[in-house]
Amino acid sequence: MKLLTGNDLKTGFVTWWTGADWSLHIEDAADVGDNGEAIAAVEEGARRVNAPYVIAGEATPDGPRPAHIKDRIRALGPTVRPDLTLKPADPNAGDWVI
Amino acid sequence: MYQYDEYDQAMVDARVAEFADQVRRRLAGEITEDQFKPLRLMNGLYLQLHAYMLRVAVPYGTLSSRQMRMLAHIARKYDRDYGHFTTRQNLQYNWIKLEDAPAILADLASVEMHAIQTSGNCIRNISSDQWASAAADEITDPRPWAELLRQWSSFHPEFSYLPRKFKIAVIAAEEDRAAMRLHDIGIQIVEKDGQHGAAVYVGGGMGRTPMIAPLIKDFVPLEDLLSYLEACLRVYNRYGRRDNIYKARIKILIHELGADEYRRQVEEEFVHVKSLGIDPPRAEFDRIAALFAPPALDVSAPDEIDRGDPDFAVWVDSQVAAHKVPGHAIVNISLKPVGGIPGDASSAQIDLMADLAETYSHDELRVTHAQNIVLPHVRKADLYAIWQQLDAAGLATPNLDLISDIIACPGLDYCSLANARSIPVAQKIATRFADLDRQKELGELKLKISGCINACGHHHAGHIGILGVDRKGTENYQLLLGGSGAEDVSLGTITGPGFDEDGVVDAIERVTDKYLAERTEGERFVDTFRRVGMAPFKEAIYG
Repeated sequence: MKLLTGNDLKTGFVTWWTGADWSLHIEDAADVGDNGEAIAAVEEGARRVNAPYVIAGEATPDGPRPAHIKDRIRALGPTVRPDLTLKPADPNAGDWVI
Repeated sequence: MYQYDEYDQAMVDARVAEFADQVRRRLAGEITEDQFKPLRLMNGLYLQLHAYMLRVAVPYGTLSSRQMRMLAHIARKYDRDYGHFTTRQNLQYNWIKLEDAPAILADLASVEMHAIQTSGNCIRNISSDQWASAAADEITDPRPWAELLRQWSSFHPEFSYLPRKFKIAVIAAEEDRAAMRLHDIGIQIVEKDGQHGAAVYVGGGMGRTPMIAPLIKDFVPLEDLLSYLEACLRVYNRYGRRDNIYKARIKILIHELGADEYRRQVEEEFVHVKSLGIDPPRAEFDRIAALFAPPALDVSAPDEIDRGDPDFAVWVDSQVAAHKVPGHAIVNISLKPVGGIPGDASSAQIDLMADLAETYSHDELRVTHAQNIVLPHVRKADLYAIWQQLDAAGLATPNLDLISDIIACPGLDYCSLANARSIPVAQKIATRFADLDRQKELGELKLKISGCINACGHHHAGHIGILGVDRKGTENYQLLLGGSGAEDVSLGTITGPGFDEDGVVDAIERVTDKYLAERTEGERFVDTFRRVGMAPFKEAIYG
């Protein structure tokens, strides 16, 4: 599967294309197939995302996951500061990242 | 300390206003990201893995308490309650919102700080000796020279679009505490016939092609310094490679031209530049230097230290260095607690260090390229009170220059350029060697970790260096031995095949065990390595 990601223009936070909008949560990401570049162009033009790009992803029972470690770290947050990730209360939230 | 004059303040204020308008236009859709990106980078604002990152310049690593408190305030108000001190003696915030950037820059400007030229192909923040004006071995304070270069290089119209970024360091002691020869230009203030001048080294650097800067001129009089540096930059600007980013640094130009030919061209250019009259009058340098006048220290202050508290005594032995004035000391504050993140400090810790500087160190702090903080002018009689407060705040780790005093770049946890994480490796090494007696047994051992070939973690200059690489989507760590960024400068050599995260920690333990077995009396790790060579270490690592 292919995922479309980028950063929110105002906050810089990592965002994922859900098929209709942008979400901070990788679990909401949609497979963009071959449409990623076209969606990116429209969304970036509308300033709903900054610096979007398409990545390879994998479907898992817990939802889509980026194939590469860099985007897995982007998806959750720094591995060395669990308190700053999207799931600070879940100590096992990053088990799939590394 | 240097204080902005009306020109400094006007320049910075104008830049804040200009960038605020650029941010407004970007958010309003009046300019695209392609148009905006070079503008935000000129103001130190990067887009990193998780958010925008703001790199704040700390000229020659010197801060006042007021400035330090502002760094804490910004961390608390706009970021996530911490900052990261870098190997360029700067500070980075990792969670900045674009819409907040103008207000942050305005806050910085209110305390004579900015983020200008902390990115881009320009002359970056000038770095220097963190013990300047306090070290017993310096011939003069190098910071007035560094400040002169800051003024010369700020918004220099000819050098705002160099082939590549450009880093300058200035020292004035025999002991090199600034990795001077691993800069594009390294300057050592030297004395000749009773006059101070600059020994100029050009073409050093780390990155994917590490090089030690050769000496280009052994003595440049102060009255010629800016003209000479202008000539150095002009030759680079004219002939530096702009067609290949990997060959664009000045070290490549000098390597390809040869130091002699580069020197000849610089000398030729210097004759022309000198006729332009860009060197400031001596009175201007004296005006700057007067602002760096050392604080009035009481030479009759007691020289004894009450070492009755054993934990305090351990800290003194590790973290306190000799000051040039009797009864005083230099305090080195470790930002490397065992298992912590090298260079990170919370807002509360930053505030505390500001308070300590105000109370005990004549209102002054320094950031070191090893990602620690220095209180440069402390009475020995105050050391115990300082230690108690540092200890209560988790800032009294006694590990200066020991194996757990690790330099580490942000790595793949934060940096979009990184290929592997640096911080977890640093944490595992520090934890493995947490026993202080064991660290002291190993003695001075500088360990430096970079998460990619760009070498922000100075791995080439580590007695032990680690380079994180991406091997088919998996983190892999190459080990290097024998580097040094000090006056005995050298570049590390790769041991062989790389390791995974745990494997590299095991390999380091085998290296240190081998060192203990091989060393002779008084030898540091790097001395033993230089004497016996790679072979026994390689044997120990790989069998």
